[in-house]
Formats: sequence, structure tokens, C-alpha cells
Amino acid sequence: MNKLIVSSSPHIRSSLTTQRIMIDVLIALLPATVASIVLFRLKALWLILVCCISALATEALFQLAAKREQTITDGSALVTGLLLGLSLHANVPLWQAAVGSVFAIAVVKLCFGGLGKNFANPAITGRIFLLIAFAESAGGAYSYQLIEKFKGIYPNYATVIPSMATPLNKINDAGIGYLLCEECKAAGKTFCPDLLLDMFLGRGLCGGAIGEVCSLALLIGFAYLLIRGVISWHTPTVFIGTVFLLSWILTGNLAYALYHVLAGGLLIGAIFMATDYVTTPINKLGKVVFGFGCGVITVLIRFFGAYPEGVSFAILFMNILTPYIEKWTKARPLGAKKRGAR
Amino acid sequence: MPLFKLGNTHVPHKKSTAGAMPLRMPPPAEVLIPTVMHIGAAAKILVSEGEPVFVGQKIAEAGGYVSAPIHASVSGYVKKIESIMRWDGREVAAIRIVSDGCMTPHKDLCVPTVTDFESFSAAVRESGAVGLGGAGFPTSVKLDAQKKGLIKTVIINGAECEPYITADTQTMLHDGADIYDGMMLLKRFIGASEFFIGIESNKPECIAKMRLLFAEDECRDVRVVPLPSTYPQGGEKILIYNLTGRKVPEGKLPADVGCLVINVTTLAFLGKYFRTGMPLVEKCVTVDGSAVLHPKNVIAPIGTPIEALLAFAGGIAEDTGKILYGGPMMGIAIHSVSDPILKTTNAVTVLNTKDALPKPTTPCIHCGRCVAACPMRLDPTQFSKALRLSPDDMAALLTEEKLGLCIECGCCSYVCPAGRPLVENNRIAKAKFKTHLSANPAFTGTAVKK
Repeated sequence: MNKLIVSSSPHIRSSLTTQRIMIDVLIALLPATVASIVLFRLKALWLILVCCISALATEALFQLAAKREQTITDGSALVTGLLLGLSLHANVPLWQAAVGSVFAIAVVKLCFGGLGKNFANPAITGRIFLLIAFAESAGGAYSYQLIEKFKGIYPNYATVIPSMATPLNKINDAGIGYLLCEECKAAGKTFCPDLLLDMFLGRGLCGGAIGEVCSLALLIGFAYLLIRGVISWHTPTVFIGTVFLLSWILTGNLAYALYHVLAGGLLIGAIFMATDYVTTPINKLGKVVFGFGCGVITVLIRFFGAYPEGVSFAILFMNILTPYIEKWTKARPLGAKKRGAR
Repeated sequence: MPLFKLGNTHVPHKKSTAGAMPLRMPPPAEVLIPTVMHIGAAAKILVSEGEPVFVGQKIAEAGGYVSAPIHASVSGYVKKIESIMRWDGREVAAIRIVSDGCMTPHKDLCVPTVTDFESFSAAVRESGAVGLGGAGFPTSVKLDAQKKGLIKTVIINGAECEPYITADTQTMLHDGADIYDGMMLLKRFIGASEFFIGIESNKPECIAKMRLLFAEDECRDVRVVPLPSTYPQGGEKILIYNLTGRKVPEGKLPADVGCLVINVTTLAFLGKYFRTGMPLVEKCVTVDGSAVLHPKNVIAPIGTPIEALLAFAGGIAEDTGKILYGGPMMGIAIHSVSDPILKTTNAVTVLNTKDALPKPTTPCIHCGRCVAACPMRLDPTQFSKALRLSPDDMAALLTEEKLGLCIECGCCSYVCPAGRPLVENNRIAKAKFKTHLSANPAFTGTAVKK
């Protein structure tokens, strides 16, 4: 017989690994990736490839240069690259996307000590970096089908389309009437189900980042993450619920509230970015507080801020507050006295 | 009873021996009986080398109030009184007895006569009973809480939440009469107002058996409660909360919330002892694990060397990595196959090398699975963080985070996807905290202002 191994208990471990979690996140992002390629064709494919490859290369080279253990196999760099790619719009030049990816991995993640040590979500910070650094290219983009449609209307569509605003810009300028088709307007309705369905499926008048236009694909990913137990429902539900309720209260229009849920980066942000383990609170109450804070800030920026979209800023801001939220929402251990009491 | 029960970790059950009727093994050639098989002071040896002994003969007496007497588990003669190193590095005296193979009972054994609580407690003390679930706290000391009339609720622990182990299952399935007798003794002499039997719902036949046993009118105060099949239902504080909703305060005992928790096998032993007068000399041990060729339940004399037990059970695989006292979640890895079966041994788990090797450790990704898994609602990451601080800051953080409440169930380490040694760090932190306290008697629990 071999020599006996002696160690402290427990002697068995669950089969779950960090790598497996990252693979699950990638699987959950697959529907959105496929949808983005269907809607935006090669533009989306190149964008995603550039972001993923530059993220992986940055991590590999950084670890090599810093003489640290190679970590690209844990899958976290790939998740960051894919998320960043999906949260950019189709007209972003590829070199800008690569810069964003390098920034996200090298500055936001690795400079703070690598996986598990960063205080802000790398993909979100990368997106915000691009938004601020290259403001002119950070507007909206329209899907392939829409461009086909516009070809008939505008002969010189190539110059018109990129300068057009996303639905969130438009609604801020044009008000609620934008949400209605001509028939609904004529009928005096305040609710246009076709438009909302279009937004849900990611077709029609739905501009935005390549990964955020198809709500259905994102929700499939959400269901997968919940079933696999990768994330809890708390943050996304509270985040989306808060945006929905506040928009409803502020406008008094249910369709408008639904529109705010489906438009922009809310779903991809709430499902994939506000649930990032490293930069969000650990316990359930903390997750609820985090989701609520994200929702409030998103609505404030969307309704009263200069930017049409506030999800990234909301999550980044709440990332910074995370250590405090954790401190305030800590559970009382079983049988422990109230904190401070002796 | 609280709606949301504590303890939510899904560990594999692996109760393949649940249907394996225990087999009584013949006495081994030699037994080695340590004088410490319980929590508390070492027992004082009463025999000398060369002296003949008989089954049930008291060979060591309790060495203090929190201690327990020890009895010979085979008949034969004392070969040697030696010093052995326990798994925790402590040197303890042990009695080596050569068996004559006859298992002759000691002639003075008799059924104890008890009339009141005092005589009941004294008889329990003489039986050598300790918590047989694994903790080994002397049973009579536990019962003595009733001297102050503290006990209102008696909880019989039949959770058996560790993977592999089915020793308590065997007790519940086959020793119903002993459990019933034990329960009647408690009813008569402890006189609590409510009795719970908590059993994990993965043992429906045990639940049915216990319900049948206590179906009579006079047992209406005995409630058999199915518990979720999640680890660690059998943890004392978890069990008390899940059955009564009471929280044992920091640094207090179950008796302080009116509870007495007794393992079902301990109860069955008491029932049997007051019928036959035979003290604690044998244990039903589950022999299972990935390197065990023929898993089974074995009734072995206390002090039987593990190698003799494993040989009787049918041997172990060539590729053996670890041998444990107890199950894989809280079991203790032993370093030698000649270590003996103790009073508290309810299983010997043998794992192959693949299972015995630790999971590779990667950075903490802050996923919070350890926090969600902790039945005591602690934050295990904080204890590991504290170990990296200066001694003063460490002690302050450990106090703030209530390290003392950690029951070392191992859920945090089990669920961690990064394979981090969380509960292992808690043990190191406990040791360091103790050292810090003895070096700084004035420590009040808050950070020192510099």
C-alpha cells in the first residue's frame, strides 16, 4: 500500500471549478452572440473576434511580462472579451474595440492583481472607456434588416444611418409619440404591441450594441445561468424591476416602462454584468441593494442625464460602493449578539 | 419550527451500506484502547501489565468531572501500557490487551438499579457512555444540566448527514427496542416536555420505523421530524434551530436554550445498558469509501486495529490514498492502519488516491458560495483574510466576524469552486487567536488604537 495521505477535513470537494463557471457564462452568452451575428452579420462577427482575441492576448502577454502564472485557461479573459464585444455597437472601428479590450484586461483587471482582485467590472469599464475616449463613434447602430429597409428610403443610407440616434436618443428628443406606429397614432392608442415585440426579438427599429438588441436571446442566457446555479435571481430581477417601476411612475405609461426595459443595455447589464461575482456584493440582501441602486441610477441618467444610456455608469458606480454595501448588509451569525452589543 | 431550515449544502449521499445488516466481527488478536476517547480529561488506568481482564471490566476510571470510564472490550490479559500519538499530535496512554478469543464477560456485570435522577446519572457515568455521533462529549455531563432543571426539550439526532455512514441507520432499523427503552428512561428521569427525533428525509424507512415505534398514546410528546437531506443537518446547533427555532447563543451550550441533544446510537446504547448491564465495549462501524472493496457495516470491539477491521470487511484497494475516522466531510485522516477503533468511531472511510488529493487552488472569485453555504451564517472569506493581517488586527477581525461560532462542518471548503482551504484556514485562525489571547490577556475584542 502507498503511504497514507493526511490532511485536514473536508476530504471531498464539489466538482465545480472557476473554469466551469466561466464556461457556463460563455454558454449563456451564446444565444446573444448568435443573435448579434444574425442581426449585424460580419460586422458583429469581426467585432466579437477582435475583442476576444485581444483580451486573451493581453492576458497572456501581461502574465508573461509580469512573470506570473498563466491564467488564460480559466476563461475569465474570454468572458470579458465577449461581453465587451457584445456591448459595443456595430460601427465601432475594430482598432477601437481592440483598445477597449486591452484596457479592460490590462488596466482594470490585471493591474489590480488579476482575477478576483479588480474592483470594477472590466467589460463595463472598457465600454465606458471607449464611450469617453471615442465619443463620436459611440452612438447607435441599426440592424442589418433595418439597413436593408432604409436602403429603399434613403439612397445615400451609408451616411445617414450611422448618424442616426438609437431609440433611447430618439425617445428623449421626440417623446412618447416615437413609440407608436402611424396606425396606432391615428387610432389614438398609447400602446403599440408590434413595436415591443420587435424590440423583444431584436428586429425592426431597435438600434444599440450588437449584443443588447435581442432581449429574447439574453433572457435565454439568464434562464440558463439560473438553472445552472451560476447566479442568483436577486440582482437582475431587482435591477430590471426598479427600472420598470420607476419609468412607469415617471411617465405613467406602461408601454414606455416596458420599452425602457427592452431598450439599451439594461438586460445584458443586469443579467451578465451586475451579476459579476468579483465586483458585486456577496450576500442576498447586498445583491438586492446593489440591484436597486443600479436601477435608480440608470433611470436618473436616462431621464435626467446628458447620456441617453445609463446602465454601464450605474453598474460602475455601484461596483465602487460594493465594499460598503457588503459591510452594511452582513448577515448576523446564528446565535451572535447584535453587532456592537457586548 | 422554522420554515427556512439551515444547512443547504448538497453533498453526495453514497449510503450504499444502508441495507447492509451489521456483521459482528470475531475478536481481533489484540486491541489497543486509548485512555482518551472523549472530550475531557484522560481516564486513569486501573489495571497493570500482565493482569487478566474480561469483557466489560472497568480498566480505567474517569479522570475528572468531564471524563468517562473505559472498559475492556475483549477478554484476555493486559500486554502493555504504552504511550501512543493521537491524530492531533497529543500523546496519550493506551492499554494493549491480548485477546483469548473467548469474549468472556466480567463476572460482576449487573443491570444497574435506578430510582431517581441522581442514580440514573451515576449509572450513565459508569456505563462509559459518550456522544457516539463523533463528538464524544460525556453523556452523563450532558444529562447533569437537568440538575438545574434546564432541559425542556430532548432532541434525538438521527440525521446522519455525512456521506457513506449508515451506522445510525442500522441502529434505527434494527435496534428499535433499545431506542424505545432509552427514550423511556429519558422520559422517566429527565422529564422534558417535548421530544424530537430528527432524521434526514433520505432515510424514509428509518422515519417510518421510528414513527411506528412511538405511535402509542403515551408517546404523543415524541415527534419524529423529517429533515432536509442536506448537509449539515446533524450539527448540534443546526439541528436545534431546525427543530425548535432556538439559537444557541455564542459561547453557550444547548442546555442554555433548554435542549439536550443525544445521538440515536447513544440513546440505543443507554437502553441496552440498562437492560443488560454491558458497558460501552463495541461499536457499529460503517466501512465504505472509494477504495473499499466490499462496503459493509461491522460491529467491532473498541480498540480493534483499523487493519483488522478492514481485513474482516474484505480488504481495501491497492490504490488507497486516505483512511478516515468518520465520514469525508468532518472525518479525521489517520496516519497508520494500526490505529484503533474508538468509542466515537462510527465509520472508517477509505478513499482512493484520486479522491484523496486536494482540488487545485485558484484565486477567490468572490462568488459567495461559501457565505451561502455556511449554516452558521458566517463569512469564511473574512477569516482567511484575517490570517494575512498583523496579530492585533487579526484578532480584532476574527472577533468581529465571530470565528468562535464556526462549527468546522466544512461546507465552505466543499462548495468553493476555487478549491480554497477555507475551513482549514479557520482552524489555523482559531489556533492563532488562542495564542494571541494567551499572549495578550487584556485583549477586549476591538482593534488596538495606535
